[in-house]
Amino acid sequence: MGEVITLLFRSRRFIIGAALFTLVLAFGVIGPRVTSKDPFLMAGGLFDPPSEGSMLGTDNLGRDVFTQLMYGTGTSLLIGFVAGIVATVIGVAIGTLAGFKGGVIDELLMGVTNILITIPSIVVLILLSVAVKGRSATTMGVIIGVTAWPWTARAVRAQTSSLKTREHVDLARISGYSTVELIVKEIMPYMFSYIFMAFILQFSGGITNEATLSMLGLGPYQTVSLGVMLHWALLWESVRTGAWWAFIPPVLFLAVTSFSLMLINAGMDEVFNPRLRKS
Amino acid sequence: MAFMIAVSLNFFLPRLIPGNPVRVLISQLAEGGVQSDALARIYDNYMREFGLDQPVYIQFFRYFTGLFKGDLGTSFMLYPGKVADLIKEALPWTVALQVPTILIGWIVGNVIGAVCAYKGGRFDAVVFTSALAISNVPYYCLAIILLYGLAVHNPIFPVGGGYSFGSFPDLSWSFLGDALYHYTLPFLSMIVVAIGGQAIGMREMALYELTTDYVQYSKALGLRDQKVVRYVFRNAMLPQITGLAISFGMMMGGALVTESVFSYPGIGSLLFTAIRQTDYPLIQGCTLIITVAVLLANFLVDIAYGFIDPRIRAAQLGER
Repeated sequence: MGEVITLLFRSRRFIIGAALFTLVLAFGVIGPRVTSKDPFLMAGGLFDPPSEGSMLGTDNLGRDVFTQLMYGTGTSLLIGFVAGIVATVIGVAIGTLAGFKGGVIDELLMGVTNILITIPSIVVLILLSVAVKGRSATTMGVIIGVTAWPWTARAVRAQTSSLKTREHVDLARISGYSTVELIVKEIMPYMFSYIFMAFILQFSGGITNEATLSMLGLGPYQTVSLGVMLHWALLWESVRTGAWWAFIPPVLFLAVTSFSLMLINAGMDEVFNPRLRKS
Repeated sequence: MAFMIAVSLNFFLPRLIPGNPVRVLISQLAEGGVQSDALARIYDNYMREFGLDQPVYIQFFRYFTGLFKGDLGTSFMLYPGKVADLIKEALPWTVALQVPTILIGWIVGNVIGAVCAYKGGRFDAVVFTSALAISNVPYYCLAIILLYGLAVHNPIFPVGGGYSFGSFPDLSWSFLGDALYHYTLPFLSMIVVAIGGQAIGMREMALYELTTDYVQYSKALGLRDQKVVRYVFRNAMLPQITGLAISFGMMMGGALVTESVFSYPGIGSLLFTAIRQTDYPLIQGCTLIITVAVLLANFLVDIAYGFIDPRIRAAQLGER
């Protein structure tokens, strides 16, 4: 493990990505805990420009944008994280099972996966979100995760079916391991970096999907997320009135968060993928 | 198959919502002070109109047969407007915006990606990193920044809509020019991201091709670089064609929001309003048309793939 980390830190992309992400994470997680302000409370007039009292001014209802940004970043990260975990767990479970078992199970599982891939996920997301009333941030994460797993499943299946022919797997099989044990003990460890990278991608996808849904007006209730902030900006025309402080910050945070995750992913790819690794 | 499932999802998911949409509609009327016995009659009428007085399986059957007649039901929000008519009005705008964006983005992105992979070094590092940065910004982020920068702060382009207020859609030159003027910003904000995404995919494929034996062999034979690059490009292209089909589906969400950012009169803006007004038939209609469009695009790409890949072409023509 230590070796892997030293390797990772040789990749400049990984370092920059990880540093950026840590900053965003700190802002979204620690920020709301140290601030005394409430993101839903009126703190000033309508569309007050940035001033000394409030770093990023106020929005259409006089609420403090900087406070919203801290809470919003936290919520978006939470949704992305939950979506990433859910999608990765489902994807890995289905992918390993299909790849390891082969035969009818494989065909059945992959058939379902391929059908789900062709149906545009945004449609399923919209319909699910419309159907679920009172969405909390966690519910949204689950909804997004449930629609995002097919890609992971497909990739993991390909890896599994090539790994399962290795000798150590056969050895474990004749030692009487069960299927689950075989998958968890003999196959998963060899895919760990791969699974982690898939998770990073899903994490990033979850954050963008949240923003898309929220901007269409299907965001979490009673909370502020980056997407919800942008939805307000669209709804109350802060773009057209020129109140840049109400929408540029969430846009930048969305972009920086997904960019940092992409960098982490690309950096890991450089390190773990022998084809791209520079000697 | 995928289509059947999509249609069923489209039908059943919104129906899971507790509460009766007709009742909501009626209560809005009640605020207008309509007599209660009249309300009861209107309620019955609406229930029949939307077919909600029937058991679910009959509703589903009706919905499904209606689809083939091009009947998508009646909108709540713009009652008695037909969903199909609303969509018919919005669809050309969306198609005009999306199809060129995806195709041009795909072509330009592929060329850039291949050049990156081939050149390597500094050029690659700079272009790849910026493509990575750009392609992961959701479309609407760029859209919002462009809208603010080039329409609000420096009013070069219009702040939204598909055409000027007061003009009416027809096929005159002045209208087309006007529409094109409104088209620029949404188009720009989407194409930049599309190029970035495709370039990354192509770079990966081309990098892989460059390490294969046939490339080494051709080089050893002393073939000109240009020729080798052409082979690499053609081989790396094939998976990218499949990628084109996928990107139709993936781009959809972002493209929809981009439309609503610019209040562009397409499906995205329609969906935005439909969601805000909780107009279920209209939401269903929009999601259905999106699904159909994506599946259709997939189908067309599959066919094109058969023509382009010489192996499949040969197999189809029965030669070996």
